[in-house]
Amino acid sequence: MNTLLRIENLHARVDGKAILKGIDLTVKPGEVHAIMGPNGSGKSTLSNVLAGRSGYEVTEGTVTYRGQNLLDQPPEQRAREGVFLAFQYPVEIPGVSNIYLLKAAYNAIRRHRGLNEVDALDFLKLVKEKTRMVDLDEQFLYRGVNEGFSGGEKKRNEILQMAILEPTLCILDETDSGLDIDALKVVANGVNALRSPERAFILVTHYQRLLDYIKPDHVHVLAHGRIVRSGDASLAHELERKGYGWIEAAAAGA
Amino acid sequence: MSALSHSLYVDSYREPATNEPAWLSRLRRQALARFEASGFPSPRDEEWRYTHVAPIERKLFTAATGSADTDAAEALIESCRIADAWSLVFVDGMFVPELSERHGLPAGVTLESLASLLALSEADGNAAWLESGLERETESDRHGFLDFNTAFFTDGAVLRLEEGVALEKPVQLFFVSTRNDGRATLRNLIRIGRNAEARVVETHVGPPETGYLGTVVNQIEVADNGGLNHYKLQLDGGRAYHFGGSYARVARDGRFGHHLLSLGGLLVRNEVHARLGHAAQTEMNGVFLSENRQHVDNHIRVDHDEPHGSSRVSYRGILEDRSRGVFQGRIVVHADAQKTDAEMNNRNLLLSDDAEIDTKPQLEIHADDVKCAHGVTIGQLDPDSVFYLESRGIDAATAREMLTFAFAAEIVERFGPLRERLRGLLLARFPNAQ
Repeated sequence: MNTLLRIENLHARVDGKAILKGIDLTVKPGEVHAIMGPNGSGKSTLSNVLAGRSGYEVTEGTVTYRGQNLLDQPPEQRAREGVFLAFQYPVEIPGVSNIYLLKAAYNAIRRHRGLNEVDALDFLKLVKEKTRMVDLDEQFLYRGVNEGFSGGEKKRNEILQMAILEPTLCILDETDSGLDIDALKVVANGVNALRSPERAFILVTHYQRLLDYIKPDHVHVLAHGRIVRSGDASLAHELERKGYGWIEAAAAGA
Repeated sequence: MSALSHSLYVDSYREPATNEPAWLSRLRRQALARFEASGFPSPRDEEWRYTHVAPIERKLFTAATGSADTDAAEALIESCRIADAWSLVFVDGMFVPELSERHGLPAGVTLESLASLLALSEADGNAAWLESGLERETESDRHGFLDFNTAFFTDGAVLRLEEGVALEKPVQLFFVSTRNDGRATLRNLIRIGRNAEARVVETHVGPPETGYLGTVVNQIEVADNGGLNHYKLQLDGGRAYHFGGSYARVARDGRFGHHLLSLGGLLVRNEVHARLGHAAQTEMNGVFLSENRQHVDNHIRVDHDEPHGSSRVSYRGILEDRSRGVFQGRIVVHADAQKTDAEMNNRNLLLSDDAEIDTKPQLEIHADDVKCAHGVTIGQLDPDSVFYLESRGIDAATAREMLTFAFAAEIVERFGPLRERLRGLLLARFPNAQ
């Protein structure tokens, strides 16, 4: 079976401090991987390295996406190739309307694939439909990107973008943190609606609760910059019962 | 040529050939005498500290003679014409009636060239208010450019609204320059009557490779409960010198909006001063963009003379290359102006290591029961925002352009009824932003 993403022995540092210390992870199309771990274990660093944020320095290892070296590509190239990061802290961009960003991103990706830019009316129809799916009012489309949005609205907006851009590899960086149960369901429904045999998800999360609504194929526990344990969905329940302490102790003792 | 051209200007002074009224000749001679003594402003003057006008002093700009080159002007005008507006067009300091549009002006409105009104007989009834209008010196702000303007203005626009007249369409005033080393010196009088309301779009435009000096002074009166939205589009060519000053008096409950897009010129000074009466309001919104070696100076002064007034000053600068920007703003709350609500804000984007901004917002408060605030920021584009757009497939250069445009467009959003059209003018400078 083919591989969508292969991470091998990935080491990365931020501000000169080593955060990732040898990550190995293989993701196949159609799979959902949950990456769990305590605060400071390197979860968000992994997300940002995959998306290409500057300031995250890879010191060792490789990341291969669809057979290409992902780390060589600038962030916009990765996005056009189908990598999508739902941000832990989506930025507010006053003056750039949501609808405009969606259209610019959508067309950038289409051009990359050799397709024509979308007709404005068709696009509006698509956007309105997806907006209803994430339970956002249409007026949000015309506001500045995330400007004055609540925490839950920002996360739902990330899911809206994901639903419209239809990426191949979706990385959700703690999208569930800080959400009430209704917003959490919206996020989960968005992910479940997008699940397909071609598409894969990496759910980076601190809490097991998200996995009540999205059933992962694989669960990995990250501690001190390494994946210290991998298993199926039952591992998440084990973590919920026992906390992260035993994993960390085991990792420290290893 | 002399290092100081101002004496050459003084020597070149001639009494205007037209039958100008004696009072105006007297005003001109007084202004000329002050100009002869002081010349153009010097950086020793605190109000001119950041702007050196020596490049202007080293040149001698001559007034046009003969008729205006309207062919060259027409294309420039069409590039920035506001649809569905009345207009007066001045080319190289001369009024061009055939390019102007005044059909269908309602009763109670005077929209005319100043020179033609001055040439009319005293019996016409305009003489008295023109005299008082022109004689009202901008007392706190007198400097060489104003004296120069008074001595040498050739014409200008007069807009007068009688009590209760609300103009439905905007009035666009075009000041077009076409001549290399030419000067255009104009004086505009705008008087908004009691309960009257107007929008005026002052537009400066010229060819990109032509060096000229435009000095345009607006004297503005807004009577009780009147309203003026005054737009200034400074779209001069990249070799132009521009001094523009607007001096407004706003009476009780009056409203004065000043909305500036300053995009062109080599050396530019935009002054706007307002004196506010009881419960009068002003809103001043400005966007200035500079690139290459441009220098753009924005000088703002608001005087709250009486209680319950409000002022909102929001300017944003975007500076690229080796350009330099200045924001010098002062709100003075005088002792009688209790319950004043004043805010002044200047934010700047420095897009190059070689660009510079000097910003100095000041509040001077002599009353004790007021609400006043001011703030300044100077920064670069937020890297997190750039990354966010990149992560959605937008290349870095386009992302930066989108964010820069957005920074400016937020101010244009406050431009009131003409914001959509003016947003388009701004967007022309950011072709990839939308």
